Amino acid sequence: MYKATVNVTLKKSVLDPQGKTVLHALETLGFQGVKDVRVGKYFELAIDEEKREKAEEQVRAMCDKLLINPVIEDYSFKLNEA
Amino acid sequence: MKAAVVVFPGSNCDTDCFHALFDVMKMPVKFVWHKEGTLPDVDLVVLPGGFSYGDYLRTGAIARFSPVMEAVRQHAESGRAVIGICNGFQILLEAGFLPGAMLRNKTLSFICTHVWLRTENNATIFTGKLNPKELLRIPIAHGEGNYYCDDKTFKRLEDSNQIVFRYASESGETTDEFNPNGSRDNIAGIINAKGNVLGMMPHPERASESMLDSVDGRKIWESLVG
Amino acid sequence: MVQAPDRITPEIIAAHGITPEEYDRIVKILGREPNFTELGIFSVMWSEHCSYKNSKPILKLFPTEGPNLLVRAGEENAGIVDVGDGLAICFKIESHNHPSAVEPFQGAATGVGGILRDIFTMGARPILLMDSLRFGSLENAQTRRLLQGVVAGIAHYGNCIGVPTIGGEVYFDESYEGNPLVNAMCLGIVSKDGIIKGKASGVGNPVYYVGAATGRDGLGGAAFASRELTEESHEDRPAVQVGDPFMEKLLLEACLELLKTDALVGMQDMGAAGLTCSTCETASRGSAGIEIDITKVPRRETAMIPYEVMLSESQERMLIIAKKGKEHIVERIFEKWDLHAEKIGEVQEGHLMRVYDGPELVAEIPAKALADEGPIYRREENKPAYLTEAQHLDLRKISLPKDFNAVLKKMLDHPSIASKGWVYTQYDHMVRTDTVFYPGHDASLIRIKGTQKGIAVSTDCNSLYCYLDPFEGGKIAVAESARNVAASGARPLAITNCLNFGNPMTPDIFWQFHQCVEGMSTACRFFQTPVTGGNVSFYNESPMGAIQPTPTVGMVGLLDDIDDRVPSFFKSEGDIIFLLGNTLNEIGASHYLMLEHGLKKGLPPRLDLEREKALQMLMIEGAKARCLVSCHDLSEGGLAVALAECCIGQGKGIGANIEQIPLILGARHQKTNHAGSHHAAELRMDALYFGETQSRAIVSVKPEHKEYLIKLAQKHSVPVFQIGVVGGQTLVIGDLINLRVDEMAGIYQTAIPRRMSKISSRDA
Repeated sequence: MYKATVNVTLKKSVLDPQGKTVLHALETLGFQGVKDVRVGKYFELAIDEEKREKAEEQVRAMCDKLLINPVIEDYSFKLNEA
Repeated sequence: MKAAVVVFPGSNCDTDCFHALFDVMKMPVKFVWHKEGTLPDVDLVVLPGGFSYGDYLRTGAIARFSPVMEAVRQHAESGRAVIGICNGFQILLEAGFLPGAMLRNKTLSFICTHVWLRTENNATIFTGKLNPKELLRIPIAHGEGNYYCDDKTFKRLEDSNQIVFRYASESGETTDEFNPNGSRDNIAGIINAKGNVLGMMPHPERASESMLDSVDGRKIWESLVG
Repeated sequence: MVQAPDRITPEIIAAHGITPEEYDRIVKILGREPNFTELGIFSVMWSEHCSYKNSKPILKLFPTEGPNLLVRAGEENAGIVDVGDGLAICFKIESHNHPSAVEPFQGAATGVGGILRDIFTMGARPILLMDSLRFGSLENAQTRRLLQGVVAGIAHYGNCIGVPTIGGEVYFDESYEGNPLVNAMCLGIVSKDGIIKGKASGVGNPVYYVGAATGRDGLGGAAFASRELTEESHEDRPAVQVGDPFMEKLLLEACLELLKTDALVGMQDMGAAGLTCSTCETASRGSAGIEIDITKVPRRETAMIPYEVMLSESQERMLIIAKKGKEHIVERIFEKWDLHAEKIGEVQEGHLMRVYDGPELVAEIPAKALADEGPIYRREENKPAYLTEAQHLDLRKISLPKDFNAVLKKMLDHPSIASKGWVYTQYDHMVRTDTVFYPGHDASLIRIKGTQKGIAVSTDCNSLYCYLDPFEGGKIAVAESARNVAASGARPLAITNCLNFGNPMTPDIFWQFHQCVEGMSTACRFFQTPVTGGNVSFYNESPMGAIQPTPTVGMVGLLDDIDDRVPSFFKSEGDIIFLLGNTLNEIGASHYLMLEHGLKKGLPPRLDLEREKALQMLMIEGAKARCLVSCHDLSEGGLAVALAECCIGQGKGIGANIEQIPLILGARHQKTNHAGSHHAAELRMDALYFGETQSRAIVSVKPEHKEYLIKLAQKHSVPVFQIGVVGGQTLVIGDLINLRVDEMAGIYQTAIPRRMSKISSRDA
């Protein structure tokens, strides 16, 4: 068993209206040091697989096929033995 | 002309499209459940608005895997017409029928209101009855209608005249002020290169009867009927 | 997580809100001590929210009989009214105040989800939603956060499920600070022979559980709604449920599809008190017994004890009673919609609700004792002391404003009066393509496809009136909602109501409650608009005190021919403007007095039921004759605000010139009304411009229909004044008001968004 944690962010080139709003909010709260905010998504997947490479392959396939939209999103993931 | 309206779990403009085509336009129309592997023999497929699969994950992201979508692909490849309205447009993007993607509205809230659209291309099967630059008053109702595409795609859309509608003022200006959701270059509707698959965020089925404030949406159906 | 105690102690009983006398009664019913699960079941079923134990004797005052009623109040989840063409409508309003105070987005969303289930559980397709909302001042950041959350929550649920939210009301008053009101109304349509009852009958018939899995969310929500909000309420988060409108959409479609088959016996949603309420109520209505095995109940949390399963208020769940031998039909339909129907029990002989946990019997209670035989109390009541002081208003001490233009602008800028566009553009108010009058009209109007008919709906309550004179305030809430519906041309049919009050154990509050209900009943009887059902919400108090009494009325009217409809706004240059109804020196309890003079004082305007009825008959007849271009009732802000609203409209706007102010002033000397004698003979200018005398409306007609309107008014004995003409770009009212329409529109339309844009990050 593996636990995969997938982080999805909007691509750098894509304007993130949520991130902009949060940034503005932080600034009005007095957090002047914040230069940029990007809001993303996070998945936790429990994967029933013996081999690490197999699990990785599966996660990548799931991301490419469903979990992310490559037009606007990038992703990275970590795999831990569960 | 015969039409099919696809029903996904969570579609909610399916009956509205059916009504506009069947009762108003007097067209033979069939509902098609998303689990069907085939389509009836029709000229037009409508992917209606709504919240297919609750808009979970991303709008349209799960609906594109419905069995019926393969039949819709074959229908489109054979050159017959497909229109995706609102959530239907989002599904067309996710399924790769049309380029680009949808982001949340720049206001971050759902917007339901009438807007003005400027017809950018009246030489399509969906817009043949419209004059060049004709202005249409049609409602939008969405939370994610902020159309995005990269520069290369945008140039291609412009060069090959694939932008069909832009959000505009009542007098036809397409400035930021009249862009309700932050769409790239005020884009409200685009068509594929072949010219038979149209995606648009505004709802023509909501503007097809005089009792409902505007009949401008009818011109799209009338263009299709020819 | 709840731990089952070894034995039931007095502390445990008290913690369940059960009094020692109620406990004795439980022991008598059972013939033994209850176990922990049974105690929990009694506590939710006998809570105010489910049993109406404190309100029942007063609710009996409401008229519930009417010629077109197919299902009366209290018989089912919602009342049903025949509207002809083989169709019936079913509607109800319900509160979700406390959950919204704690978690505005989910609280409001699940409020919408709950009222939708109440309607489709009857076999009706929901076709419209309305929301009556009340908040503290928008100057307060906490209020802005609540408003934003509540509106987004309503939008989230209603938009996703595809039922248009076509109107309602939003008021802002400091008495709602910390205890906002979120009242959601739904109306559905059903063919007369397709009405489904929430009953379990037919021994051996299977009982199905459908929808979302059961978790610990909302444990004891009904009890939560029956307590005051305290500083600690925000710690009570487990009581707030999370809504899944997509699941509900699937349930809705599947249930309505099931309804078309012959496999269904009864249906009940699991709302407050969840599985407990739905099983004992269906059994009680069906005069049958019911047996369920909770090991079969789908769960999404582990180690739940029977107590938790029975009391959970997880959302989007339904109980279905099917015909034996037709199980395959039920299962096939739910499978089509990717839902799983789980058989959890059977209808039984007798009258007992039996709950098994596998082989073990964990609860055995007579169903009727739970559902229909709870305790009933007649609470003590007492006329509150504040009234003597508050009702007293010496008009001589109220100075006339120097600048009437400034007063009008101030009123148009007040969020309670200003345009609610910021709110309703977030709601999909057009889906289903039936919405003919958008939010902002006196009444919202939808058509019924396939017929010529229309349904007009209005929700109303002026809680300031109810605070200063609950009886008159209750009467006016009904009258105003009827007037709004009639202004669109529709005939008022029936009402639903949501009675929002403070703690009923306080004699002052109970007196307010009783008086409001008396007032509403009087008006309902007179207008022959029976009460088809509704909801009582007590304990609306924050540390600052009780809310103003707020008995929200949801009035439903029928328009026989949709082409007879009359909009609220001026339309064309040259149309003649009439004021219908007399104007008195009534500024008590007015928004003018509150906003301009800072006073919540005086008696609200008096409502003469005969005059009100006459005005409504006139409006309906005028609409039928298609002689009214527009019709708008006068309410908060009086004549000046109503005229401004007629001019601003929903499009480009158009001006009006009101030259004949002396006509209205002149009518004062005829002394045709009883209330006039209470006041100085001379009509005050502020009363004329901003007073809130009841039973008045502004209509505009084409010049060729002028004589017709005057004759029509005479026929109905309604005072009629030809006061001006539509046209230009300015609103001119006598010598005192002269404002450009675009300037007024700017103020009116931006009042709420301007304040909301101040939202600080903390709000977001």
